[in-house]
Amino acid sequence: MRRVVLSGLLLAAFVAAWAWLASLQSVDDLTLASPGEVVQAFEDDWSLLWDNAWVTLTEVLLGLAIAVVAGVVFAVGMHLSRALRDAAYPLLVGSQAIPIVVLAPIFVLAFDYGIGPKLAIVALICFFPITVNVLDGLRAVDPEQLKLMRSFGASRLRTLRAVELPAALPSFFSGLRVAATVSVIGAVFGEWAGADEGLGRLVLLGNNQLQTPRVYAGVVILTLMAVALFALASLAERLACPWNRKETPV
Amino acid sequence: MPAKGVDFRMNVGAPVTGSRSEAGIGVTLSGVARRYPARRGADVVALEDLDLELRAGEVLGVVGPSGCGKSTLLELVAGLQEPDSGSVTVGEESDPAGRRAACTLMPQRDLLLPWRDALGNAALAIEATGTPSREARARAEPFFERFGLSDFEHARPAALSGGMRQRVAFIRTLLPGRPLLLLDEPFAALDAITRAEMQQWLANALAAEPRTVLLVTHDVEEALFLADRVAVLSPRPGRVVAELDVPLPRPRDRRAAVTDPELARLRARALEALS
Repeated sequence: MRRVVLSGLLLAAFVAAWAWLASLQSVDDLTLASPGEVVQAFEDDWSLLWDNAWVTLTEVLLGLAIAVVAGVVFAVGMHLSRALRDAAYPLLVGSQAIPIVVLAPIFVLAFDYGIGPKLAIVALICFFPITVNVLDGLRAVDPEQLKLMRSFGASRLRTLRAVELPAALPSFFSGLRVAATVSVIGAVFGEWAGADEGLGRLVLLGNNQLQTPRVYAGVVILTLMAVALFALASLAERLACPWNRKETPV
Repeated sequence: MPAKGVDFRMNVGAPVTGSRSEAGIGVTLSGVARRYPARRGADVVALEDLDLELRAGEVLGVVGPSGCGKSTLLELVAGLQEPDSGSVTVGEESDPAGRRAACTLMPQRDLLLPWRDALGNAALAIEATGTPSREARARAEPFFERFGLSDFEHARPAALSGGMRQRVAFIRTLLPGRPLLLLDEPFAALDAITRAEMQQWLANALAAEPRTVLLVTHDVEEALFLADRVAVLSPRPGRVVAELDVPLPRPRDRRAAVTDPELARLRARALEALS
């Protein structure tokens, strides 16, 4: 409860500061829309915003799903094979150094205009935090625990299933939370490189057409999307890892 | 909040895994040496020229100062390591896989998995060799009542006291039904009162489930109370410097053991050998 009140207060302070800044004479209306204008944009363009938000959300969720599957498979592979880990780690890190802004148009050329390049970009961004966290989680298992499993006569795969994978679950969710927040950025980049629908495209068009309130409304929705995905990942962690629950302030 | 007020007495019924009058298996270590490469300078010699024999069904206590190679000794017998020289034989088996199949290790820390309930943790060792989870849990269940853990089958380790966690770990050790138990300072992490209670509990449990037991501990009294024979190891490199027979029938009673003159005499000898 206390948490809700505190974050609500900070949010209110932020909106108040925003409104004050927007009301200043020296600030151009085209640069900064006031909160009131943004609310008005929500009312006027509701169905437009809603339809495009769905498109973007679909890209984000599918891209995340691809990243989760690929990230977990890749992490387990790197965990089981020392050779694969040594060979692939530099590539893995390198994949994050690629400027997505540069890559996005090439993806669009390669996969054309549809949902393909957006999924590829979202997955490429989200893959890294999931892989790295799962791999860390798998490697953090107490060596004594592994020795004990060996003394019981457990095979490598059974130890993985019974001990290492469950132990890595909290780390997986840490990675998923990070991935969930950056996934939205990935979808926007993907749409900027070439799309005929989606919130990213709507924001870009709004900018060109000087519809500043609509741009801000789109940004608000994108932000809420990232926050909601983060919260969902946290909730999923609480449900999936009840043993790992930290003391949460009531 | 760990649960308290558990009944530590247990009903010594027929062993669940089948009664064997000659339960257990013999173990022979002869001329065993084990060295570890040091980062700089000479190798660290953990064990040197170690001879040790366990008869089938015997409880052997091994005591020694910290760093005398007790853990190395257990891992050698358990088939997790190989000696640099000498031989380790469990029953007829001297290759590591054969030794692994003949014994179950109970580590110093209980190493219970926090996401499994007590029953699931007790079932882990037999699940490890392919028993389906449901069947493994069903086989673990009767032990909970016999060993004073009724109603805690579904508790997660975090909800159990230290003594209860060690009892779950002990059930996990018993369930595979292997003839040799390797206990690595099983109660070192417990407070003194719980440790005394658990020693009595283990004495009774071993009477109900007779096995060959290699008990490694730094606690001379614990070794004398639980074992048929106690071997005293020297500081590193570890070798046997004294062997003491404990000529009292098992299971013994903790309170009687405190004042037993024979045990007091043996304790003095063991401490002398240690110093």
